Amino acid sequence: MNSKEITIQISEAADSLNLKKWDYGASFSNDYSVQVDKGEAKQLKASQKQILTIRVWNESNLVGITTTSDISESGIKKALNQANIASDFGNKNETTEFSPLAQDPIEFKDSKKRNPVGIKKLLTLLREAEVKLLESHESIKSVPYNGLSESFYERVYANSDGAFRSYSKSQAALYLYARAEEKNKKPRSSGSIKLGYGVEDIDIESCIKDASNKTISHLNYSSIKTDKYLICFSPESFLTIINAFSSMFNARSILDGVSLSNKNSIGDKLSTEALNIYDDGLHEKNISSSPFDGEGTPTKRLCLINKGRLENFIHSESTARIFKTIPTGHAGLGSKVSVSPDWIVVEKSEENSDLKTLLDHSTYEGEFVYIEELNAIHAGVRASQGSFSLPFDGWLYKNGKKISIESATVAGDIKYLLKNIVNIESNQEVTTSGISPHIWVDELSITGDA
Amino acid sequence: MLSSQIKSNEIVFGSCNKDLLEEIIFYGMGLGADFVEIFIENTDNSSVLAEEDFITSVSPSFGKGAGIRIFKDKKDGFVSTNDLTKHGLMRSVSQAIEMLDITDNKKIQVFNGLDKHRDYSLSKKKWINEVPSIHEISEKLLVSTKSLKKNNKIITRKGSYSRNLQEVIIASSDGTYVSDIRLHQTVGLNVIASDAQYRSSGSRRFGSSGMPHEFRLWDHEKAANDVFESSMNMLYADYVDAGQMPVVLANKFGGVIFHEACGHLLETTQIERGTTPFENKLNEKIAHESVTAIDEGISEGSFGSLSVDDEGMEPEKSVLIKDGILKKFISDRAGELRTGHKRTGSGRRQNYSFAAASRMRNTYIAKGEHSKEDLINSISDGLYCKSMGGGSVGATGQFNFAVEEGYLIKNGKLTNPVKGATLIGEAKEVMPKISMCGNDLELAPGFCGSISGSVNVTVGQPHIKVDSITVGGR
Repeated sequence: MNSKEITIQISEAADSLNLKKWDYGASFSNDYSVQVDKGEAKQLKASQKQILTIRVWNESNLVGITTTSDISESGIKKALNQANIASDFGNKNETTEFSPLAQDPIEFKDSKKRNPVGIKKLLTLLREAEVKLLESHESIKSVPYNGLSESFYERVYANSDGAFRSYSKSQAALYLYARAEEKNKKPRSSGSIKLGYGVEDIDIESCIKDASNKTISHLNYSSIKTDKYLICFSPESFLTIINAFSSMFNARSILDGVSLSNKNSIGDKLSTEALNIYDDGLHEKNISSSPFDGEGTPTKRLCLINKGRLENFIHSESTARIFKTIPTGHAGLGSKVSVSPDWIVVEKSEENSDLKTLLDHSTYEGEFVYIEELNAIHAGVRASQGSFSLPFDGWLYKNGKKISIESATVAGDIKYLLKNIVNIESNQEVTTSGISPHIWVDELSITGDA
Repeated sequence: MLSSQIKSNEIVFGSCNKDLLEEIIFYGMGLGADFVEIFIENTDNSSVLAEEDFITSVSPSFGKGAGIRIFKDKKDGFVSTNDLTKHGLMRSVSQAIEMLDITDNKKIQVFNGLDKHRDYSLSKKKWINEVPSIHEISEKLLVSTKSLKKNNKIITRKGSYSRNLQEVIIASSDGTYVSDIRLHQTVGLNVIASDAQYRSSGSRRFGSSGMPHEFRLWDHEKAANDVFESSMNMLYADYVDAGQMPVVLANKFGGVIFHEACGHLLETTQIERGTTPFENKLNEKIAHESVTAIDEGISEGSFGSLSVDDEGMEPEKSVLIKDGILKKFISDRAGELRTGHKRTGSGRRQNYSFAAASRMRNTYIAKGEHSKEDLINSISDGLYCKSMGGGSVGATGQFNFAVEEGYLIKNGKLTNPVKGATLIGEAKEVMPKISMCGNDLELAPGFCGSISGSVNVTVGQPHIKVDSITVGGR
């Protein structure tokens, strides 16, 4: 069945069960991936998946939901039945409705959907990449984590009021994590990930070069003394921190009491006037962009922090109604509708006179710690408390020298971090989770072994 | 007539599928595969969330699918599909054969048909009728969240329950033909406490496998008291000072440190990748002589227990480390093929869309002879980690763990609560520093995410003392 046929099937089954109000979200995907081990194919994988989530509203306007991978006629009927039963337990205190924007026009950009290259081509490309990475430096002994994949998927939203949206896309990903070993030293590992609309869009050479350079740059390492340091966050690591504390911008988290913000926080000063943060799911560099969210609301660019002040929250239909505003296109379909950011864009505002512009990661000669990548986010972030304590990969720059830091953590508080931003560099870099320049923060605690 | 035709052309749970499974395996072997494995599942899951004094989410889900794995030499091709018809399964076999580029079908491996059906599901078919109803679960969760409301500093109260019922059929060209039903239930409580600028959180999770009545026996009052006390103790806690120090790790979920720091390095997938420092250390000392560590899938009702693994092998009790000496690795079919370590009944996967891999089950450090007080009394200046959060281990063996609830140890006594602590180290360096094990072994349920998805596991240990470890803080 295609998505139109599924919609008709659901509509007919709902009629037969006397269910007048329903909506659904579905995804259909075909994925192919390969892994190699020293030139040999290790695991080759293909999967065909279909997931359907149906919501129904009962006569008391309470919502029930069911998710299934069985998209047969009987599976759809069963799902509607189960959702109807679940609606008896629907949340009476926070009702859910269709998004008022579910039938608004959506911005359809060229989806740049590519054709599959096939498993054999994936395997050939990955084998070549592995060989080149192994040959790039004598200390690189293996590439234990590697993979090349391509995915083709369609996402759909429809409801009983006649809304119907669908889009289809393709996406490819390459990751190479190398392991380097030298005599009398601990093994070191680092890597790189590249995304593209299709395999042919991925810059494989740059992935190999990044993985090699990063790994080699950690070969000469040393412990760091526990102290407070001037820190330069790479674009990737700063975006990791912002995403980890995105509950600050999240209306659902505020209502659930797990956010550092509250309903009245709009306008609060969080950071230097030089900082702007947007959520921009439709950004041209966002390979995974989606034109609508789980409730069918169109995706759009939204300012979260404007000149250091909290400007907007991200919303679903129900949180927007409670906050007396409109949905922002950040909902995930579920029994309890989730809210999450799409693609964070960090930039320097026009009000940047208080920044210490001499702090530039490529030219600054004073002592600082460069944080390349933060790890173990799930373990080290307490989003509801604002605190973090995270291991990282990075370097200490001191006396004109750069040395890799061995097993250390950076700890602090997100509010303190935002308030202590001392420079926002001019050049933005594209990462897999958003866009940001390098960000400098003063006086963060680093724990090391020295 | 119509009924039997339908049965012979698609997998039907609760029916004999032997002829169809054999036909598909014969098909794969005839095309030149060394080995064919079929994993089929049918799931029926539910989850319920209570927030404050209301049920805010009830989420049922169900589905079915198949994972087909073909081995040729040491390579494997894996295809997953929702199509359980004969045509769909044959197409998946063809796709896997094509991926592996198998063109030589002259050297046909022998397939003598499936063995006698081992049906582990016979006594379990009634489970679905014995598990608590959504109504019963909702009532108990609401009582639980109500009992968390012990003072006005508690600003957020949550109770959650989930139930996964998985029916599986496993068949492979070595004759394996198995059916099973797995039931996992888990229930948890969470609070956030707040007072002026101070905030803390507390959580506890409980879980069982194969015990439909377990939720009814759950002592929600005790759980609520534990969570409340933890959040109150930590509300005004100072941040811990960073540094090297001796630590005592509490029993139960304290075992996550062994799971993450050492257990993963004893899975054969790590040998395959060349990422474990223990690869060539079999029968060598890798830990302090006070350490004996076990991984097993047989403790009745434990969250990581199973009647049969996802490759059709009954789980064994594996003594991984005996008195500090490395004795065994955790192995699956691919691990045995590629590393030579015998299978241990540890081939596990989240669902049909993942190929099985060597994964831990119930993993714990065995009990020693000391009391908890012995361990604390032996430290003049250190940290007691009463409750651990999550953790991770990097590609070169470094690990880190968040401490959810910690107390300073001064002159052999527990003193002030401290927050923000992270334990950092490397398994190879820390294992020899576990110098004392308590006599109070207890297990705790958890979820482990890795190469074959998220699987139910148990971690555990008695109280243990680590002589020196890096504590991250401020």
